[in-house]
Amino acid sequence: MTEHNVFPTTPTFMDKVNAETPGDPRLEMCIQCGTCGGSCPSGPDMEHTPRALFQMIKAGMKDMVLSSNTPWYCVSCYYCTVRCPQEVHITELMYTLKRMAIQEGLYRESTASRAPDFSGTFIDYVENYGRSFELGLATRYHLSHNPLNMVSMASMGMGMFIKGRMDLIPTRIKSLKQLKAILAKAKQIGGAA
Amino acid sequence: MKYNYYPGCSLERNAYAYHQSTLAIAKPLGIEFEEIEDWNCCGATEYTSINLLASYALITRNLALAAKNVDIHKLVAPCSACFLNLAKVNHNLVESPELAEKVNTALGAGGLHYTPGSQEIYHLLEILFNEVGLDTIQSKVTKPLIGLRIAPYYGCMVVRPGYSRKFDNPEHPTSLDKMMSALGANVVDFPLKANCCGGHMTQISPPVAYEMLRRLLHNAAEYQTDIIVTLCPMCQLNLDAYQDNVNQYFKTKYKIPILYFTQLIGLAFGIPAEKLGIGKELVNARPALAKIGVEVPEPQPVKGQKREKPAKEALPMPTMPEEK
Repeated sequence: MTEHNVFPTTPTFMDKVNAETPGDPRLEMCIQCGTCGGSCPSGPDMEHTPRALFQMIKAGMKDMVLSSNTPWYCVSCYYCTVRCPQEVHITELMYTLKRMAIQEGLYRESTASRAPDFSGTFIDYVENYGRSFELGLATRYHLSHNPLNMVSMASMGMGMFIKGRMDLIPTRIKSLKQLKAILAKAKQIGGAA
Repeated sequence: MKYNYYPGCSLERNAYAYHQSTLAIAKPLGIEFEEIEDWNCCGATEYTSINLLASYALITRNLALAAKNVDIHKLVAPCSACFLNLAKVNHNLVESPELAEKVNTALGAGGLHYTPGSQEIYHLLEILFNEVGLDTIQSKVTKPLIGLRIAPYYGCMVVRPGYSRKFDNPEHPTSLDKMMSALGANVVDFPLKANCCGGHMTQISPPVAYEMLRRLLHNAAEYQTDIIVTLCPMCQLNLDAYQDNVNQYFKTKYKIPILYFTQLIGLAFGIPAEKLGIGKELVNARPALAKIGVEVPEPQPVKGQKREKPAKEALPMPTMPEEK
């Protein structure tokens, strides 16, 4: 007699996605109604609507899910989250998928492969100064990814500078050592997540 | 009324006008803000995309520093993204003691500790709407904004998803509408008032953001809006600084100034425009404000650019013909 494992003990891809999300994200409750995709302002530019992506997660299509541009095109507007009839924490799940895509290195396959670098450059300033730094972020990120875009961004940047809305040097918090110790500890505890 | 105050990185520089106008209206409204000592960036929408626990520790450091002020239990953030991050983490730490323990272990490395939920997180709009109240605001109006057509723009994160409290409708909010009406302004119908400004998409994929901005500007223009009023530095930055890019991209000619709601409250209270940071916006608000008789001083030349005149006793220098 063949044994059918009705309750698999190894966690599925969906279990992992749920586990990496704070609180109870309720991904398994999705009924494929499509309210999320219909509410999404950047939905038309996504390779998969959130609805499609969630079914792909349920089907265990890990590589395809984590190389999709969908999470990176999420603008965190939370329309889907408040409209979802099943109260799935969709925006939070998108953050989880971004983190997993970075861990697995699969974001490089995505058409939004520049996005993690933007986040990375942003947090680099936060980790080293305690505050964000717009000029450094804009120049470092655009120079490495989109030098042509610098031209159109430069005139805007100049306008901001003339109006006194852009700093030339970053601000540093006083207790930077303390912050660095906290972040180092958090990374040690949290591991990859 | 005393509150802990978390300005956030934007209010230090690019949205300094928001900070300035917030502090300017606080006094007449009887609000005292105590800025959190040595606060750090909230990580915006970027840190959680990379490292969950580190981003929670980053945000909770601010909560722990605020909680050091033992007499004040309410923390106010004027920036929508900061507000959401603080409220979300506070909420999730209460919901998940396991996560709270991990975060506190990390904070321990810096000698800090935070009891989840010990601070209540508010956005500035909620404080002005619910705690100060429209009656008090209206009683301070000396120069009503009569004749000014205002589109109230809420954006996303103040009304959605409502981690701390749902103080307004997440899809059809009205608090800012009512507040602007209380100032005497003509509030236009603005169906896209809670839609997204594109957030960080201006950096990651500009055309996606430009389309979102175009929709907002188009919608506001349809109602002959003089000024779009925002309550978020990101919304202000995207609509104001990228309005030119949107016009170039779509061959449009929008010229709608974007001001913070605190700046308009200040104007209605009779506070001079320059004390509210008006004039820092890239799409000039001067023509719109002239409609209600508000004069905005011409921008001052940036210091240090002017050449110093040589001292009279200095040796004569050769001069260029046009200088004569």
